[in-house]
Amino acid sequence: MHPVIDVQGAVKQYGSGDAAIFALDGVDLRIDSGEYVAIMGPSGSGKSTLMNIMGALDNMTAGKYFLDGIEIDTLDENALAVVRGRKIGFIFQSFNLIARTTALANVELPLAYQGIKGKERRARAMAALKVVGLEDRVSHEPTELSGGQQQRVAVARALSTRPALLLADEPTGALDSKSTHDLLDLFDQINAAGRTVVVITHEDDVAARAKRIVRMRDGKIISDTVNKK
Amino acid sequence: MSIFEIIRFAIRGLNSNKLRTTLTTMGIAIGVSSVIILLAFGNGSSKAVQAGIEKLGTNTITIQSNRGGFGGGRASASRSVSSKPLTVGDAVALSDPTTAPDIKQAAPVASANTTCTFGTNSSTPGTFNGTWPAWFEASNTSVSKGTYFTNDDVTEGRRVAVIGNTIVTDLFTGVNPIGQVMRCGGIPFTVIGITEKKGSNGFQDGDSLVVAPLTAVQRSLTGYNNLQSIVVQAKSAKVQDLAQTEINTIMDAQHKVKNVNNRDYRTLNQASLLATTSSSSSVLTVLLGMIAGISLLVGGIGITNIMLVTVVERTREIGIRKAIGAPKRAIMTQFLIEATILSLVGGLLGVVGGLIGSNFKIVGVQPIIIPSSVFLAFGVSVFIGLFFGSYPASRAASLRPIEALRYE
Repeated sequence: MHPVIDVQGAVKQYGSGDAAIFALDGVDLRIDSGEYVAIMGPSGSGKSTLMNIMGALDNMTAGKYFLDGIEIDTLDENALAVVRGRKIGFIFQSFNLIARTTALANVELPLAYQGIKGKERRARAMAALKVVGLEDRVSHEPTELSGGQQQRVAVARALSTRPALLLADEPTGALDSKSTHDLLDLFDQINAAGRTVVVITHEDDVAARAKRIVRMRDGKIISDTVNKK
Repeated sequence: MSIFEIIRFAIRGLNSNKLRTTLTTMGIAIGVSSVIILLAFGNGSSKAVQAGIEKLGTNTITIQSNRGGFGGGRASASRSVSSKPLTVGDAVALSDPTTAPDIKQAAPVASANTTCTFGTNSSTPGTFNGTWPAWFEASNTSVSKGTYFTNDDVTEGRRVAVIGNTIVTDLFTGVNPIGQVMRCGGIPFTVIGITEKKGSNGFQDGDSLVVAPLTAVQRSLTGYNNLQSIVVQAKSAKVQDLAQTEINTIMDAQHKVKNVNNRDYRTLNQASLLATTSSSSSVLTVLLGMIAGISLLVGGIGITNIMLVTVVERTREIGIRKAIGAPKRAIMTQFLIEATILSLVGGLLGVVGGLIGSNFKIVGVQPIIIPSSVFLAFGVSVFIGLFFGSYPASRAASLRPIEALRYE
């Protein structure tokens, strides 16, 4: 059984020569299936860069990255699109829903890009919206939903493709405490159902829900501990 | 990902900024409709000129003597020994249905240069012809008031005349000209008919006209043996070339022409005049089409501009779509379809506008739509959408998701 995430010696360098900045400076990280990991660190620690690399959104200067056994660096643009669509479910701080598009259509979108059609697509999107408790808001557009509801639509969208990995980048950054609490409960529930969850955050109470906490500073992992609740 | 899905995305994208979509569409619509209208206008004006020329007579071939410039027999000094003048006999020979099956009729014409007077009024007709009644049909001239003169009038040499509208207004203001006697070169002619208005062909006033029996004119004004021309009418425009050949055969025999390159007569036909004018008016049409084409091009650049703005504006959306697994092709197709819909709808509106706009007269010319111009303009507009949309679309598709997501 291979790990969901296997990052080996990841280096991300911006600029060159004297002006070179290392956003990642030799990072090794293994995350197995079913884990719930929080990646913590102050801004500039490289956690967002790591998240972008894990999400196949950005490439590394050096190092290797296997996602669910697939070596990402060797893939071309089209294969990357397939990987992003099928292996990863993204959740962003600013929700990143498509404007003027209903919740249902937003959730259906990644399925549509995978070529899943008609009834099956609708059923899967509806099922995902039911998991996040928004089955009565399917025809609402993002502007008609609260921040917490929008983020839950984003979670439904991420879940709809049944990805190997749920990748959340500061998912609670734009939410009030009640919505934050609801969302974290949802993450617990998703992880309990067996899905791998990785959350990037700088908030302690968000990280406290995870089973494993990875701390970063200056592009390096400084601690990797099991969270004893 | 089905194409219908992408089309739906594209329509949704266009819907999200209706004002901009409308304005861009209008740019194309104006371009397409101006192509259709201006080409129709050019076509209409050339048809109008052709119709004007046709009014002055088609299917007709005019035979003139080559013996000296205009004025025929009067230039007697330049008369060459071997050449013969045109004669009434030539006209009779040309009228023979067995030797000239494609010639409907022929009429000899003697022209006089003279001034006509009635009371104190006077007028110098641009054309004063002594001829046979066949001339009227051959030259496409009809009498709208009064009557034609007859073969009997010709035989008897009666001094009667059919006059054009210009002569009527010059001489007979406030008087019914029919039955009046005017004097032309001192000779009295009784007006028996007035020709229908012909208008001008651009060179000559077709209504400054007096037509009288050949014999009367020859006897009193030009003398015999001085035919200006013979007007021949072919049976139809189609057999005009055959008629031309028959004329040459008959005339060569009549005039004993040995060398066809050195004939003592020449022929002019209206078809060649028509060809000249239509080629010059097609230059006008092409010119108008080019001007309209430029406006279509400007519309196309408008599409590029708008699509570039749209791509920039929706960078983040493109980033999101890519992050959730949109392949490059899907993004590319979406923006390309958006651009194509803009130009397609614009093109359709332009065709409708062009068809409506072509119903109105422009400076007195009724535009006549060239059907191919409609398809051309529409096709070009769709092509413009694809062509000018492809750059912004490929730009959108090659955005890196990480940068697109960071874009605010």
